[in-house]
Amino acid sequence: MNPLLSAEGLTKTYGARIGCRDVSFDLFPGEVLAIVGESGSGKTTLLRCLSGHVAASAGRVIYTTRDGKRAALDEMSEAERRLLMRTDWGFVHQDAREGLRMGVSAGANVGERMMAVGVRHYGKIRAAAADWLSRVEIPEDRIDDSPWSYSGGMRQRLQIARNLVTSPRLVFMDEPTGGLDVSVQARLLDLIRGLVKGLGLAAVVVTHDLAVARLLSSRMMVMQQGRVIEEGLTDQILEDPQAAYSQLLVSSVLQV
Amino acid sequence: MEPVLRIDALAKHFLLHQQAGVRIPVFDGLSAQVNAGEAVAVTGASGRGKSSLLKLIYGTYRATSGAIRVRNGEEWVDVVAAPPRDVLALRKSTIGYVTQFLRVIPRVPAETIVAEPLIDRGMDPEAAICRARLLLDRLNIPERLWHLSPMTFSGGEQQRVNIARGFAAHFPLLLLDEPTASLDAANRQRVLDLIAEARQQGSAIVAVFHDEEERRLACSREIPLDRGEGSGP
Amino acid sequence: MNAPAYNFAYLNEQTKRMVRRAILKAIAIPGYQVPFASREMPMPYGWGTGGVQVTAAILTPDDTLKVIDQGADDTTNAVSIRKFFVKTAGVATTERTSEATVIQTRHRIPEMTLTEDQILVFQVPIPEPLRFLEPRETETRKMHALEEYGVMHVKLYEDIAHYGEIATTYAYPAKVAERYVFDPSPIPKFDNPKLDNCPALQLFGAGREKRIYAIPPYTRVRSLDFEDHPFEVQTWNQPCALCGSRESFLDEIVMDDKGTRMFVCSDTDFCASRRGAA
Repeated sequence: MNPLLSAEGLTKTYGARIGCRDVSFDLFPGEVLAIVGESGSGKTTLLRCLSGHVAASAGRVIYTTRDGKRAALDEMSEAERRLLMRTDWGFVHQDAREGLRMGVSAGANVGERMMAVGVRHYGKIRAAAADWLSRVEIPEDRIDDSPWSYSGGMRQRLQIARNLVTSPRLVFMDEPTGGLDVSVQARLLDLIRGLVKGLGLAAVVVTHDLAVARLLSSRMMVMQQGRVIEEGLTDQILEDPQAAYSQLLVSSVLQV
Repeated sequence: MEPVLRIDALAKHFLLHQQAGVRIPVFDGLSAQVNAGEAVAVTGASGRGKSSLLKLIYGTYRATSGAIRVRNGEEWVDVVAAPPRDVLALRKSTIGYVTQFLRVIPRVPAETIVAEPLIDRGMDPEAAICRARLLLDRLNIPERLWHLSPMTFSGGEQQRVNIARGFAAHFPLLLLDEPTASLDAANRQRVLDLIAEARQQGSAIVAVFHDEEERRLACSREIPLDRGEGSGP
Repeated sequence: MNAPAYNFAYLNEQTKRMVRRAILKAIAIPGYQVPFASREMPMPYGWGTGGVQVTAAILTPDDTLKVIDQGADDTTNAVSIRKFFVKTAGVATTERTSEATVIQTRHRIPEMTLTEDQILVFQVPIPEPLRFLEPRETETRKMHALEEYGVMHVKLYEDIAHYGEIATTYAYPAKVAERYVFDPSPIPKFDNPKLDNCPALQLFGAGREKRIYAIPPYTRVRSLDFEDHPFEVQTWNQPCALCGSRESFLDEIVMDDKGTRMFVCSDTDFCASRRGAA
């Protein structure tokens, strides 16, 4: 079986400054890969290269489309790439405001991707939006409210619904629980975990929180100063870290 | 009976970079074979050296050298060398693992925890929950607890949930780490019954038992670990 | 003191060429907004400078010009612009739609069906239909280029969610030749069907925003809607109080402070012709 997403020697530099260096991996359908590291490790830069938001300086990102063809991101036309980002892929931003249209209702936010791919029946769009809101545990009577009136956790859940409505196969998440209260985080993680499993999604999750990585991912990559210094099974890296930096990270986590 | 697990010249040590590079050996040159239907006990120095072997077989620990081959259908997969993807596939279909303590994910009901291995294999969720409940009942977990998260359960109850989860689906290779610890006599017997049944269905069992009597009752053979320097982590 | 001498229709010939080139491009790509170097005009932005520049570029000495504002020939703006062209071009003017060869309009399309010999010039305030949802010009250009118009339906969805129906009643977005979504200028949606398959050439000029776009004759123009909320035009309960028309766009006129209202054709020439013929 072909990997869903492949990175080959992916490098991003900003002049002399290194964003990420020589990152390679294969991601298969249904796998969740956590990219962990501290601030400045390059994990967000890597995510942005993988998701087509930023062009890499060197190396390639290859994606297997629904019809089985493998295509390099930088060889696609902008139209193809943008279509991919709207249908096959999801991107959950750390700040929900970046991933939502704050000026329109929740229902419109969820329905937008459907309208973007040509669905022209108001009733169907609204029904799908209502269905997804309930799946992310947002009360149905909030469907016409603007996201401004939503709490942070609700906005994140709305962002997730907005991304999942077109049944993407791959979801990128950038610190999806960052900045949220602990109890809100917990609920959100449960939701993400349930959805990813239930829908068989592949996901790349950037986080600095090892507990989030433990809960969501089956594979993990540890980054430091732009390089991947260790990768493997999540439980293996958390229980038997090999690299010095990995050991430092794991031992630094506070136990409750 | 056919072999299910082959361990060849397995060595494991820990290198603690954060503590001035201290090297902690666990064992060296370990070889063993386990066949289908067999139950083998891991014995040796007290401490987590025995648990380490189970974790190495499961892929949670990374071996320093050697091979751990597990039969998956007609093929053999070396857990030590295989890419993460293949190890994950093994865990889904071939290797079951009952850890020493239940790792509780808060807010997930006990019956869902137990049903998860079945759902992962594609079983209808409702049918999986049904089967989970049968197991929980068999292990004497009262019905009123089934939809609750094990966060507030006693140690013994948590362990029984853990065991139910381990025995919910059929695994050709089953790893058990102190499965009867913190259980009373009646429940311990139930666990031994489950082990016997699994063996009859062809599972190979590799287990750590603290109690000599249970070890003798459950297992036909031992894998003794070398006494390395110190008791190992 | 000598009176200043104006070039025909105020703009110099090079400027007219520049505007005409933009118009040709616009006709070649129906509905696409062509940038042009909008000139300083003797009226401020917001008073029809775009429409005036387009008209100035296409006028010939033989043309007959009609100028309307909200359907009427006798409002301040229509009168001023008509006088402007009389002064700078000396062309014949008329209030009768049937006699005009060039019609400049603000916010209405004449009721009478136009002919292949006529050109309709629209005054446009904001040419970009996506602007309200996407403020970045870089992004809207990409959306047009890649035909990413999902967000237009988001607006219509919002209307239905909040008001039970599509609440946009003017500047109603439409798709031209099945390709570009455009803003037809603040004409009432009642007029949208007239855009479709029109025998006349329709030109749109936005002076402040510096854009020109066009709908060539007999081009398909389809107003956006949902399958279960199809596009509908406004209707009135009563006919025009003056001419009895049931087919034209009616203005509501408040008669007194007791709530008396009168509904009258917005298109003054249309109303007068009907009364003349009756």
